[in-house]
Amino acid sequence: MANLVVADVHGSSIDESTHKTVTAALAIGGDVDILIAGSGADDAAAAAAKISGVRKVLHADDPAYAHRLAEPLADLIVSVAGDYDAILKTAATTGKNVMPRVAALLDVMQISEIVSVEAPDTFVRPIYAGNAMATVKSNDAKKVITVRATSFKAAEEGGSAAVEKVSAAADPGLSSFVGEELTKSDRPELTGAKIVISGGRALASYENFEKYIFPIADKLGAAVGASRAAVDAGYVPNDYQVGQTGKVVAPELYIAVGISGAIQHLAGMKDSKVIVAINKDEDAPIFQVADYGLVADLFNALPELEQAL
Amino acid sequence: MKVLVPVKRVIDYNVKVRVKSDQSGVDLANVKMSMNPFDEIAVEEAIRLKEGGTATEIVAISIGPEKAQDQIRQALAMGADRGILIKTDDDIEPLGVAKLLKAVVEEEKPELVILGKQAIDDDSNQTGQMLAALLGWSQGTFASKVEKDGDKLNVTREIDGGLQTISLALPAIVTTDLRLNEPRYASLPNIMKAKKKPLDVKEIGDFGVDVAPRLETIKVSEPPKREAGVKVETVAELVDKLKNEAGVL
Repeated sequence: MANLVVADVHGSSIDESTHKTVTAALAIGGDVDILIAGSGADDAAAAAAKISGVRKVLHADDPAYAHRLAEPLADLIVSVAGDYDAILKTAATTGKNVMPRVAALLDVMQISEIVSVEAPDTFVRPIYAGNAMATVKSNDAKKVITVRATSFKAAEEGGSAAVEKVSAAADPGLSSFVGEELTKSDRPELTGAKIVISGGRALASYENFEKYIFPIADKLGAAVGASRAAVDAGYVPNDYQVGQTGKVVAPELYIAVGISGAIQHLAGMKDSKVIVAINKDEDAPIFQVADYGLVADLFNALPELEQAL
Repeated sequence: MKVLVPVKRVIDYNVKVRVKSDQSGVDLANVKMSMNPFDEIAVEEAIRLKEGGTATEIVAISIGPEKAQDQIRQALAMGADRGILIKTDDDIEPLGVAKLLKAVVEEEKPELVILGKQAIDDDSNQTGQMLAALLGWSQGTFASKVEKDGDKLNVTREIDGGLQTISLALPAIVTTDLRLNEPRYASLPNIMKAKKKPLDVKEIGDFGVDVAPRLETIKVSEPPKREAGVKVETVAELVDKLKNEAGVL
């Protein structure tokens, strides 16, 4: 039995969630290979080869894979799928975009966003935004799976897998890359950060995020998140959004500031190890999931917190 | 161009779902049902394309129980031109839905299919991408902006870390993200008018498509509960606890 992990490649590096998806693949059992698809991605392939427990790395290098377009990437994955029992990819935007296309081309029903492996064919996945957990058994011969990375431990470094070049699949030429606008930030990416500090509607403006939230984030090396209410009000961009319709995070420490704790927000952060809530409404539902609650006006508490760190 | 918009009947997003005590699923009895919110955004986008002169006809389709006509009527009241219901009382998985939609696309020949990026019941996020694969079409998922550009469609997508814009050859599949638009409410006169718009009801058996489920639900359970912790009085106490009790600072 052998499983394939399709790494998330960013230029010449691999996303650290790859290590976690490898853990999920190892839990299924059998050999684990990694597919690197990129353009000028030798370093990414070398990094993947160092992940412990990996048998070999398949490396396809072609300009068609530079921007992770769904159609050529799906065709490549299908071209190497024959040798594998399960094909896994992190449930981030690329995996969510590409893997269902792969599944349909293979006539397989994808198992989306698994949080645990119960048996080689049985998995647990959240439904209704995490308000229920479904245990599902796949009757397909080949499994196509996306993995919620925050639910798995990262595989260790220390492997020395061989890197094998594979040829690119023909580009169907259905779509082309026009441009990208990435949020520039020195702070860590939300989904991989060890500490996340999020602001809600009570922040009242972008300037207040800048004045009260960002300095603490920088002191802690934390990522900055926001509730949907703060995003909808236009205080911060959509990719800050933590929740059912935004990003799912599970850091060591999650600090929720001025966030009431709507179901939609809780769905995105309730698996955090330690949750801190700062809110002036002592009845806010966020306190029902917080390990440490501070009933206080954020505009007083945050400068004090910054001082104390 | 003709636009096809699939809509799904799901538990209303404001309802707190309850897991059944026998763990066979969630309780759907006497629960308010609505159109999947991402599908409302899809309907709205199709209407805006029509208002902007790009789309000529909007067909709303649902695969579900008899009552899914309510959701199709809502799409018609918002501004879709006609509806199709493929009737079934079974839960059809995204792969089966994509196969049925492929059959409809081959008959209706739309140039664009706009779908919600995911349904808020099973959270699969698959149907649009699967339909694109089965048809051999391009896909622009998680769209926050859609613009016709000559014989192409420019789609700006919400990706991790920002936005990506791609150009799609038509015909194409687009799936909607939250910020694409804000769906309109249907006015009362339009709700009345929608009752007269054509709605074709078909039987799932008419399509000869294999929709047998591939996944078996073993059980549905409550998520692990999180207990409320302690209230601290001061910032100093909070920092102390985080350092010395939780060990996370």
